Amino acid sequence: MSRRGRSTSGRLPLVLLLPALLGLAFLLVPLVGLLIKAPWSTLPDRLFSADVWQALRLSLVCATLATALCLLLGVPLAWLLARGGLPGRSLIRAFVTVPLVLPPVVGGVALLLVLGRRGLVGQHLDTWFGVSLPFTTAGVVVAEAFVAMPFLVISVEGALRAADPRYEEAAATLGAGRWLTFRRVTLPSIAPGVVAGTVLCWARALGEFGATITFAGNFPGRTTTMPLAVYLALETDPEVAVVLSLVLLLVSVVVLAALRERWIGGLR
Amino acid sequence: MTLYADVQVSRGSFELALDLTVEPGEVVALLGPNGAGKTTALRAIAGLLALDRGRIALDDTVWDEPPRTFRTPDRRPIGVVFQDYLLFNHLNCLENVAFGLRARGVEKQTARLEASRWLETVGLSEYARTRPRALSGGQAQRVALARALATDPELLLLDEPLAALDAGTTLHVRAELGQHLNRFEGRTLLVTHDPLDAMVLADRLVIIEHGQVVQEGRPTEVAHRPRTDYVAQLVGLNLYRGDASGTAVRLPEGGTITLAEPATGPVHVAFPPTAVSLYVEPPSGSPRNTWPAVVTGIEQHAHTVRVRLDASPSGPADLLADITPAAVADLHLTPGQPLHTTLKATEVHTYPV
Repeated sequence: MSRRGRSTSGRLPLVLLLPALLGLAFLLVPLVGLLIKAPWSTLPDRLFSADVWQALRLSLVCATLATALCLLLGVPLAWLLARGGLPGRSLIRAFVTVPLVLPPVVGGVALLLVLGRRGLVGQHLDTWFGVSLPFTTAGVVVAEAFVAMPFLVISVEGALRAADPRYEEAAATLGAGRWLTFRRVTLPSIAPGVVAGTVLCWARALGEFGATITFAGNFPGRTTTMPLAVYLALETDPEVAVVLSLVLLLVSVVVLAALRERWIGGLR
Repeated sequence: MTLYADVQVSRGSFELALDLTVEPGEVVALLGPNGAGKTTALRAIAGLLALDRGRIALDDTVWDEPPRTFRTPDRRPIGVVFQDYLLFNHLNCLENVAFGLRARGVEKQTARLEASRWLETVGLSEYARTRPRALSGGQAQRVALARALATDPELLLLDEPLAALDAGTTLHVRAELGQHLNRFEGRTLLVTHDPLDAMVLADRLVIIEHGQVVQEGRPTEVAHRPRTDYVAQLVGLNLYRGDASGTAVRLPEGGTITLAEPATGPVHVAFPPTAVSLYVEPPSGSPRNTWPAVVTGIEQHAHTVRVRLDASPSGPADLLADITPAAVADLHLTPGQPLHTTLKATEVHTYPV
């Protein structure tokens, strides 16, 4: 029994190996390029410039608010899909996942049509409450939530469907109503799924570009989040764009690391 | 207050129709093979499944009466011990036991105090802060029982409470469960496929097959007067109560059974009819249980013949023996015929009452 690369399935076919390596390079080289081209000497100065901090802070605040909104609406929606016994459930699930595959720009246009000042809902928001969402920070939150919520819903619904509903029955026989059962039994048992969904949702919201620029525009300090700032900087000062990109890359890697831990931990 | 349950549930071609009452302090065992509808009946009574027809009521309080009345499980005064216990893994044992009290609006400190009292009752005080995952099967069953009893339910439902345990611990846990059920003043409905659990724990057996009741009565009655082949096979068991002292168990109506392992105090004695042998002449050698007996009945079963005997005054007054049809011919068995019976002490099992 030699231990030198003896594989039971024979040698890897070149037809598969070559494109596989090419694919790997295709995914990695741009990121490596980002690192190589980074202006390391001037990095600290640029990183701590007011513009970068403003965009970063706005991004973090908006992504966090959007995630909170998604949690508030998405977890009950996931529960409804998994436990509600709704007719046409798979159709509703399909609708929920539409923003997942929809080009974000289209989402932005749709939001503008509905929530814009003359939109279906927007005009009432304006006349009744004096609230106008487009081109505001609140608009950024709405756009990000619209795009990111499916990630949370899918993740939480998966966890709910994997959770044994008999624990909820046990809680009911102990006198717990459905709300108490949800809070004290269901939610703790799906916590890993909720955390994974929240992280995914937050990461998606942080990177949101298309829907945000369409619905909220690009106003520094108000709606210019990191991705928008990168795009903007690319036209004026490419080095700043590289620095901003590096920051986003760092955040993504941290999120990925946290997720892997969660996912692998949850599967064990 | 009596529980009346007229449970009628349809599941495709399967029809469950079961009439059942449970009096306070009574333990009723619902016994039957897998797929007989036992668990369906338990779920219906717990409110985890709605009746299609029929009625479930505790005295005048209706729990389920289609098409109008239905109380959800949380509005029925019940406690359920599930087959695999379903203890909440994110809560420790104390919080598990306190869960029902908290859900029913008991204030936190009171609930915890009451819960720790229950953990003490089932002998698990030192496990209050332990997560259920870390418990053995027998311990988990006791926590589940404490959790179900903590809310002081009118009706305790047990779904195969001993099925998830390994054979070694079953004996001990069964005896303990029996003690808790004796002390419980409410009604108990026990669902099981194990005739021994049913006979040792229950005051009354309700045997169901294919969703129908085939026989009902006290354990010894059912064991000795099985009405169908199926019941005979299921509960065909010689079961007595007696007082053990060393290796001898004295039966209340006279007669002694010798054991292989010493025991003390009041016990159930059980052995299968196949452990009893019949002889025309007194057997040579020295089997420890040898009783002269008289044949009182002969029943033909699928592959065996069940012989009913009276072995008093030296042995049990009602004794069952399973023998082959060939042996019946050899012995020329007829009712009233005197015979000699032997029982191997190693085949006799005792259970503390």
